[in-house]
Amino acid sequence: MRKLSRHRGALIFVGPSVLLLLVFMVVPILVAAGASLTDLDLRGLADPSSVEFIGLENYRRLLSDELFGKAAVNTLLYVVIGVPLIVVCSLAVALLLNMGSSRLFRGLRAFYFLPAITNIVAVAVIWGYLYNTDSGLLNYLLSLGGVEPVPWLDQPFVAKLSLILVGVWKGAGFNMIIFLAALQGIPREYYEAAAIDGVTPWQRLTRITIPLLRYATFFVTVTTTIAWIQFFEEPFVMTDGGPLDGTMSVALFIYQNGFNLSDFGYASAASVLLFLAIMIVTAVQFRLRRSDVEY
Amino acid sequence: MSSTRSRWLRAAVAALLMVGAVVVSIPFLWMLSGSVKPESEVLDIPPTLWPQEFTWSNYTELFTSLDFGVYLKNTLIVVVLSFIGLLLRAMAGYGFAKFDFPGKNAVYVIVLATMMIPDQVTMIPTYLILNAMGLTNTLTGVVLPGLVSAFNIFLFRQFFTTIPNELLEAARLDGAGEIRTFVRVVLPVSGPILAIQAILTFIASWNSFLWPLIVATDQEKYTLSVGLALLEGQYSSNYGVLMAGAAVMVLPVLVVFVFCQRYIVRGFMMSGLK
Repeated sequence: MRKLSRHRGALIFVGPSVLLLLVFMVVPILVAAGASLTDLDLRGLADPSSVEFIGLENYRRLLSDELFGKAAVNTLLYVVIGVPLIVVCSLAVALLLNMGSSRLFRGLRAFYFLPAITNIVAVAVIWGYLYNTDSGLLNYLLSLGGVEPVPWLDQPFVAKLSLILVGVWKGAGFNMIIFLAALQGIPREYYEAAAIDGVTPWQRLTRITIPLLRYATFFVTVTTTIAWIQFFEEPFVMTDGGPLDGTMSVALFIYQNGFNLSDFGYASAASVLLFLAIMIVTAVQFRLRRSDVEY
Repeated sequence: MSSTRSRWLRAAVAALLMVGAVVVSIPFLWMLSGSVKPESEVLDIPPTLWPQEFTWSNYTELFTSLDFGVYLKNTLIVVVLSFIGLLLRAMAGYGFAKFDFPGKNAVYVIVLATMMIPDQVTMIPTYLILNAMGLTNTLTGVVLPGLVSAFNIFLFRQFFTTIPNELLEAARLDGAGEIRTFVRVVLPVSGPILAIQAILTFIASWNSFLWPLIVATDQEKYTLSVGLALLEGQYSSNYGVLMAGAAVMVLPVLVVFVFCQRYIVRGFMMSGLK
């Protein structure tokens, strides 16, 4: 009897959250998978009986859609360029910040962390102003050094790099905190032992510190990769995918097809592919890590 | 000898970090400076770091000729509603930490697995679900999908497992029910975790963008982020007003950050090292 009432207690505490997660996280995956096999659009939303099952037609269409191809290549570039940049920048800043423990160093930490908690739309708007070709601050500063104006957001490839720069500026601070936490968890004895053996600072860094940061580096790499695969807000606000679809990402492609064109079935198919990509990349990273440990 | 050298090294590193901090802060400084410049000055070349002519007109324009007052009110409602989520997450964390029920581990694994699911995959189906519930274009619909997050439940669970069972048994022996035990005994000893989670909840709901963008279709349901994104499309050349809008978004979080830096960093560290 007492046990029963405890089960009821558990239901009261856990139930609402589990229900919300089921309705808004688990069920949607199934709905997305189902919708991706249909021609669901705005008409179908009003009249469900008009929705037709079309099998893998949406996927076939995606594979021959030039815009989707561009979005996939761009997203790949965001990952390939963005992930190493964030890992290196956040690690470098964390190593430097870890060299002191005074108030000054803790205060400085705040400056590097601040972009991470800043609203992404505000970030995009501010950087749009900095990037203005004719009257932006960045081109003015470059002109002081005699550099020709850079078409930050006006040329497809440069625009990609410009958006990556914003992503790194915003994303590095959070990862820096993770590295800093890991650095502070390294026992001092390792360094004391190394000092007795007469190890140079460079060896100390490459032979002790960086190997001991392996778990943090792995965590940062996996989460950052997932974040770049989902890259959305910067291209949405700053370039709307342009110029010439040069900054179009898969996530933006899904949004535009779903909510601008109301082609829900087609967009769902793209979102299923995005989900699969994330699962595969994450699984590969875990697999690589396992073989890495076996060494 | 070596300690003098390390002191010099530390000073050099501090100097380097200070230069880096200034560089990282340029967008914020430029935002503040641009937000108080008149339209005639904001695109001047060479740019003026300190405005020659100081004006609040960009801020007043946001709230008088544009609807930022409405967006601000909506954003505040969204923030308040997400604090219901904070309570639900705390309850779930407590339930998973202190109760046993059939299938608990399986349910908990499913809860944790939802962390892997990206927003872009759920956004279309969630919109369809909200549409079926008649909640599109309502602030409830804006808040509901993000009300509960697995990650916060996980953090709460970690904390609640450290509360001794004897404390709970004592309360039950005194005749307190489960809810009463939770409210009167558990929550009062959970100050630190509640503080961290409250701050993170504020920042996340204040900054939320994708759901409000999708769900709020009428302008009177826009939040600040959505309003600012819209403004960017319409006022793309009036940078003074845009910078004022950005400042309205950034400054509250900045103020919270300055006062709660320690908690925020600790919260994010916990979130990183799950």
